[in-house]
Amino acid sequence: MYKTSFVRTDMIAPMAPPPSTVGVKGWLHTNLFSTPGNTLLTIVGVMFLLWIVPPLYNFLIGNAVFVADDGAACRIEGAGACWAFIWDRMNFFIYGFYPQDEQWRVNICFALGLALIVPLLWPAAPYKIANAVLFFLVYPVIVLILLRGGSFGLSYVPTESWGGLTVTLIIGLAGIVCSLPLGILLALGRRSELPVIKMLCIAFIELWRAVPLITVLFMASVMLPLFAPQGVTVDKLLRAVIGVTLFEAAYLAEAVRGGLQALPRGQYEAADSLGLNYPKSMGLVILPQALKLTIPGIVNSFISLFKDTSLVSIVGIFDLLNTVQSSQSDLRWGSPHQAVTGYLFAAAVFWVFCFGMSRYSMFMERRLDTGHTR
Amino acid sequence: MAIDVLEADELRTADMSRVEVSKTDTAVEIIGMHKWYGAFHVLRDINLKVMRGERIVIAGPSGSGKSTLIRCINRLEEHQQGQIIVNDVELTNDLKRIDEVRREVGMVFQHFNLFPHLTILQNCTLAPMWVRGIPKAEAEKTAMHFLERVRIPEQANKYPGQLSGGQQQRVAIARSLCMNPRVMLFDEPTSALDPEMIKEVLDTMVSLAEEGMTMIVVTHEMGFASKVANRVIFMDAGQIVEQNEPKEFFANPRHPRTREFLSQII
Repeated sequence: MYKTSFVRTDMIAPMAPPPSTVGVKGWLHTNLFSTPGNTLLTIVGVMFLLWIVPPLYNFLIGNAVFVADDGAACRIEGAGACWAFIWDRMNFFIYGFYPQDEQWRVNICFALGLALIVPLLWPAAPYKIANAVLFFLVYPVIVLILLRGGSFGLSYVPTESWGGLTVTLIIGLAGIVCSLPLGILLALGRRSELPVIKMLCIAFIELWRAVPLITVLFMASVMLPLFAPQGVTVDKLLRAVIGVTLFEAAYLAEAVRGGLQALPRGQYEAADSLGLNYPKSMGLVILPQALKLTIPGIVNSFISLFKDTSLVSIVGIFDLLNTVQSSQSDLRWGSPHQAVTGYLFAAAVFWVFCFGMSRYSMFMERRLDTGHTR
Repeated sequence: MAIDVLEADELRTADMSRVEVSKTDTAVEIIGMHKWYGAFHVLRDINLKVMRGERIVIAGPSGSGKSTLIRCINRLEEHQQGQIIVNDVELTNDLKRIDEVRREVGMVFQHFNLFPHLTILQNCTLAPMWVRGIPKAEAEKTAMHFLERVRIPEQANKYPGQLSGGQQQRVAIARSLCMNPRVMLFDEPTSALDPEMIKEVLDTMVSLAEEGMTMIVVTHEMGFASKVANRVIFMDAGQIVEQNEPKEFFANPRHPRTREFLSQII
């Protein structure tokens, strides 16, 4: 009989879930064997791992040579990666041609940088403003004085002797730190109501984005000196840093502009209606939100900038990749896997830094998430 | 055509007896103002004088220019002809004057427009600290005072995204009040709210009116208009079609367009 009314007389107590959805069996079922198609994919995946992992393991660890005095051990038939070669050349990979006796100066820069950047990135650490001033304004000066020398009784080390990871970090860090503020200014300028500023910013962005970085670096190292007035020389490393910075600033500007455009107009209007002038409304209301929205895009640019620093090897700067590459002509370590090992090492170093940036940005995104935006 | 709106709502009764409308002190004066969006003539020959202590309600169909009109009063929109004088400062292209006017004029938006990256308290202290240069402790004290007045002090350390629409709108009102404005503009403050939240916001606005705040309110809440306003302005096609005391306005609308509008919304 069809009834339209219903009244429950006894409430149902909670029951245990069916066994196929809990425990190891449940996990296996939902994640690996939920459908015939997924079961097939699981089997194919396992077969792929069985095929790829053992040889990889043998090459990287099992048959790899960790300790050796020269390449003889790496030349044996069936030997894997020649890590001993990396270990032997580590000093060169980190410091380049920096004089052995003066490398403590580089080490101080590394230690100081680490001591300043960790609390800066750690949200709970106190004295943020003092920390930022030290890192962004004081630290670069100290690094310059320490590495370059020529004053305070330190011997002069020209930038041509700098190299390895040191140079990669210098270009990468300087590029990141300088390109972000420039990119923000360009993004604001591109949205300016003043036609001259707007046009200049658009011209700058479109020009730099349309040119390959290699061209920029060639221009910076070859063309600029031709046009520079007589007697004026700008350091080659500095030129590369400026080139990378301007190039990346154009990309960042577009990422930030995306964030500025994504904000509802009401946010601009609310800031205006409270009497905040342009710098204050941008600095206190608009940019904090826009930059939060563009963290993925900004970090994307940072990562690509950091990797692109390897292009400076083309204009004769001995960055990490260049030191690795030039070490391959070291006959003492000559072996079939010498080059592969070197590139693997370089890749691993780049990966560590880029993965670190990526994870940190995800951490910040979660931390800055205050619920919906309206 | 008489329309009875007084019984139709549950707003708490407003006591306007203590509020004195000044006869000499002009809060906002608009003289022969025109505005165009490109070729579209959106506001046409607007003349309006609002005395200190007045509560003006602006009503009209959508697209009639009522929001644009009050947005001109704090220069969120630019006018092309005529004069707008707010607290004795005429609005021109001079940015200093615009900021001067905006400091003294609070605005409440349809979509609240709270700053989602700041807590409720920070939303309320931002402008007093950065525009007026008030020390943080004092700004927070003032903010808590106004948050208590809109009855949500316990939410001070939450973020806007954690509040209901009605609560957000009350915070938006408190945020404006923290700047100690001499005029308050409301741009359809209840249009984005659920029915039960509309009441809490309107109650807040009623008590603000009772304290003598000069208010210009764009709203469709005719119950609010009849209780609180001392003048109702009806706009259509970018012009002021009719204005009158609320009693007369609702009881004896004179212009046919007004009658048509009132018959449709009630």
